[in-house]
Amino acid sequence: MAGSPEPPAGRASTPGVLLAPADVARVVDRMAHQLIEKAGESLADLVLVGIPTRGAPLARRLAARVAAFSGTAVDTGTVDITLYRDDLRLRGVRALEDTVLPDAGIDGRLVVLVDDVLFSGRSVRAALDALRDLGRPRAVQLAVLVDRGHRELPIRADYVGKNVPTSRAQKVRVHLAETDGTDEVVVVEQ
Amino acid sequence: MTTLIKGARVLGGEPADLLLKDGRVAAVGGRLSVPGATVVDADGLVALPGLVDLHTHLREPGREDAETVETGSRAAALGGFTAVHAMANTDPVADTAGVVEQVWRLGQEAGLVDVVPVGAVTVGLRGERLAELGAMADSAARVRVFSDDGHCVADPALMRRALEYVKAFDGVVAQHAEEPRLTVGAQMNEGDRSARLGLTGWPAAAEEAVIARDVLLAQHVGARLHVCHVSTAGSVELLRWAKSRGVQVTAEVTPHHLLLTEACAESYDPVFKVNPPLRTDEDVHALRAGLADGTIDAVATDHAPHAVEDKESEWAQARPGMLGLEQALSVVLEALVEPGLLDWAGVADRMSVRPAAIGRLDGHGRPLAPGEPANLLLLDPAARATVDPAALASRSRNSPYAGRELPGRVVATFLRGEATVLDGKAVK
Amino acid sequence: MKRHLLEAADLDRDDATLVLDTAAQIDAALAGREVKKLPTLRGRTVVNLFYEDSTRTRISFELAAKRLSADVINFSAKGSSVSKGESLKDTALTLEAMGSDAIVVRHSASGAPHRLANWVQGSVVNAGDGTHEHPTQALLDAYTIRRRLGRLDGVRVVVVGDVLHSRVARSNVWLLTTLGAQVTLVAPPTLLPVGVGSWPVEVSYDLDAVLPKADAVMMLRVQAERMNASFFPSAREYSRRYGLDAVRMAALSDDAIVMHPGPMNRGMEIAADVADSVRSTIVEQVGNGVSVRMAVLYLLLGGNA
Repeated sequence: MAGSPEPPAGRASTPGVLLAPADVARVVDRMAHQLIEKAGESLADLVLVGIPTRGAPLARRLAARVAAFSGTAVDTGTVDITLYRDDLRLRGVRALEDTVLPDAGIDGRLVVLVDDVLFSGRSVRAALDALRDLGRPRAVQLAVLVDRGHRELPIRADYVGKNVPTSRAQKVRVHLAETDGTDEVVVVEQ
Repeated sequence: MTTLIKGARVLGGEPADLLLKDGRVAAVGGRLSVPGATVVDADGLVALPGLVDLHTHLREPGREDAETVETGSRAAALGGFTAVHAMANTDPVADTAGVVEQVWRLGQEAGLVDVVPVGAVTVGLRGERLAELGAMADSAARVRVFSDDGHCVADPALMRRALEYVKAFDGVVAQHAEEPRLTVGAQMNEGDRSARLGLTGWPAAAEEAVIARDVLLAQHVGARLHVCHVSTAGSVELLRWAKSRGVQVTAEVTPHHLLLTEACAESYDPVFKVNPPLRTDEDVHALRAGLADGTIDAVATDHAPHAVEDKESEWAQARPGMLGLEQALSVVLEALVEPGLLDWAGVADRMSVRPAAIGRLDGHGRPLAPGEPANLLLLDPAARATVDPAALASRSRNSPYAGRELPGRVVATFLRGEATVLDGKAVK
Repeated sequence: MKRHLLEAADLDRDDATLVLDTAAQIDAALAGREVKKLPTLRGRTVVNLFYEDSTRTRISFELAAKRLSADVINFSAKGSSVSKGESLKDTALTLEAMGSDAIVVRHSASGAPHRLANWVQGSVVNAGDGTHEHPTQALLDAYTIRRRLGRLDGVRVVVVGDVLHSRVARSNVWLLTTLGAQVTLVAPPTLLPVGVGSWPVEVSYDLDAVLPKADAVMMLRVQAERMNASFFPSAREYSRRYGLDAVRMAALSDDAIVMHPGPMNRGMEIAADVADSVRSTIVEQVGNGVSVRMAVLYLLLGGNA
């Protein structure tokens, strides 16, 4: 898979606002264009599956923009990965979130997993495991708003809104209007 | 052996010296000086007549893994007792002259307290026919108290006969008041808590119904009746009523019923399982008031040692009963003396004088005066200690007071002038 | 959530709601899937320690644990070291020494799970103790009511039958009232505990008087042997006064549901046509039991190492 290379580790970004509301909209639009371009004839088969919490509204936004630019309606869904995590013992139990798939399912279709931040890759691994139990897609790709590096698994994103070099001590916070009242990406020191 | 106790407050009074000689109190007075006497410094200590327990389970013969006459005697001495009545529910049951003499002899050999055997009322505690009460009374053990404790003499005709029969040798029947048909499978006091905890209830009425019946029988046949381990406010009322009518009835209450309530069952820890069960706050208050005004005559421990495996189990599977000898006096301090319900003379009366009289023990429960038997204890009322079951002299560990801080420490106990406890430690 | 699930009386509103919400999410996540298995508790060991025969509860817990990929060991007291006199404590310590992370215990003695919780490091789940509690049954009942009626707050639940000996009734009283439902207990006075007056419920001896106002009617199993101890004169009289038949069912409001924890005594506390009617949630309760028990195991075991 010709994915986007991850940003170099260990080089910190300056703390502060990385993407303002207008930037978020612009980045989402660009990702939508890339999706249309790359999917080509498969666009009708496309399912954008968000990983809660913020991957879910992100997937719906991407779908809306794809539809606006291409005129093709795109199915969306969400897949909660909590029960597939391998780090529950470290993080403690949490309330589960919705898993919703389109009525037509995901068998034989092109599934693009959508998440806000790509970091260690463990969430994506859990999502891939969950997808395997939910059906058999023709192909699975990955779209993230921010790739901050520090991968712990051989996973790369196919669509990246913004590459952000970070140190491990930094945190990347993605805020979306649907969940947080505003669109914003911020880098903070821990 | 001559012992001079210096500066003890007899029944809490002014400090005085007591001279113990040849098993008796030889002199009581200020600043005695006796060359050659062993001196015991009793500055700040209260002297009381040696305590008498009407209700002790020593488990020997049969369950020597839980307690023996010797270990139970040591626990008793450490608790300030100089005489204990050993209950009859041993294996074999103490329902013959042979068994009561065996227990009596073991007590003599241990030599720490006078072990006074209680005889079973019925053969094998089965409640069917009378045991040979007269033979036990005439034996070396001189049994005067008869009880099927652990079981109620439920058959009213049999109870009547027992009450009548023991009159011939000035005996008394000590009844375990529990109507068995009302307590099938019972686990704890019946009420709000048993309903919630799902433990089968032991209704107060099962105790009170038997007490009501028995005081009427005792009155009818003109016999003495003693009621074991009274546990409910209703029982206190019935006893008050019976005494006002002149019935020859006496009654005892346990330390645990004076201090603990059914709330202890919430933990499902069977160390709090006991028969009769721990009751409500109201019952505890009524029992304290009944003991204070003399409606209840005596504190009796119902000291019931159990091996670990009989308590470290599910609540329903566990055997009922708890230790009491070593903490009895402390509990009475906590529950009655410190709240002002009972003074030192009252403690001596309820824990020594009256139980000795009920058991017809001539040598116990006597005043600390010249010529009287030198059975006494010295208590430090200011001491406080946290109960550690591992530190108890009893062979068992089922103390309901584990981890609880209680007042009072028995510093010394003397049995006929000989120290059985000194500096809070058993002499042998 | 605490480390153990010992009684419904322990659960506050937030905890109870979390269990029900989690069960709903698990239900949704598994709905229509071919692979009804989640990797959540891979490598964890759950022991079903059953001192009483209860095939349905054991299977339900077993299925719940297996669907979460836990290893499951079924330990039945019969024919084991227990029948050779081994104590509950020794059994529990043995199981834990073999690496169990949770013990699901069914026992005839009230409070046995509380005792276990003092002795073991892992989690203890009460699968029914004596006449005390059966918290997962109450959770699945609450879950069933919420699914059918859409809410629990203000729902009027009538519990009918042998309340005195019923752990299901006790758990439901605490859980349903915690979740805002109004509970009415209906039984002959002999089958209500002394002390029921202190419970946050209404009590009635007259089933016909309370049925028209009920949103849910929960029938409890009544053992015919109880009449031998004079709790009631005869099975027929019990059935006439406290059984739910088609005539009584007709007095229910249109949306009211009929529940039973099972196993049923058809013809005793519930008539066959009532048990099989559209109001009946009895089969649904069984299915919901697996989801609720998955939620409980996930919440107790998922997070702590």
